[in-house]
Amino acid sequence: MEWFTIAAVSVCTGIFASLGLGGGLLLIVWLTVFAHMPQLQAQGINLVFFIPIAALSLIFHSKNKLVQWKKMIPMMLSGVAAVVVLSIAANAIDNTRLKKIFAVFVIACGIFQLFTAKDRAEGEGKQLEGRSKS
Amino acid sequence: MADKSIGEYLKEGYLYAAGAAVGAANGLLGSGGGMIAVPMLEKSGCDPKSAHATSIAVTLPLSVISGLVYLSKGAVELGGAVKYIPGGLAGAVIGAKLLKKLSNVAVKRLFAAAMIAFGIRMLM
Repeated sequence: MEWFTIAAVSVCTGIFASLGLGGGLLLIVWLTVFAHMPQLQAQGINLVFFIPIAALSLIFHSKNKLVQWKKMIPMMLSGVAAVVVLSIAANAIDNTRLKKIFAVFVIACGIFQLFTAKDRAEGEGKQLEGRSKS
Repeated sequence: MADKSIGEYLKEGYLYAAGAAVGAANGLLGSGGGMIAVPMLEKSGCDPKSAHATSIAVTLPLSVISGLVYLSKGAVELGGAVKYIPGGLAGAVIGAKLLKKLSNVAVKRLFAAAMIAFGIRMLM
């Protein structure tokens, strides 16, 4: 039965990740809340899990010329410095505290997503209105 | 060589700040970089599809670096992660097809509500 659960969770994570809805957050929540895995280990699994999926997506996106490399380079330069410092910090923080920081981040992302989904819904509505008038 | 205007410096500074925020989330929380990168890229003038694609181009190398730090500290075993990859790849292909077909506002709201509920559950 375990393989079925793993398949279901990983397929759902892949779908949500692909839709840009935060699939990684979903996988970490499942691993910690339902599989009772320590927070840091769940985060590590998500990082390794994300790499091949992101690589595959990036091949498609760069073939379609959707990647803006000029914007990516400055983001990556500062991102590398931050990721090194903060991933070392994550490994030094107590798992319970890390789980709470993660939970606050998940709630913040959820609230943000609720508002942006509303904005886009209104935008889509306006676009449809414009099309029906024209 | 033409000098850069203040506006151009500000735009570049914004991208550096966005990158630092993405790296911080990726390193500290092992996820969430894309959730920060996509709206910040959209604010910098990218259309939604380019923002999504560019965010993956940023988060992929950052995930490789933080993944290596986590592995070197013994926080994760490769075997534990590999079993999730085939399903994840299949899900990514399904998601890419769904993205073209459905307006995902309702899905987004449902997922956002679930995230808030799970976050509260994790705090308790």
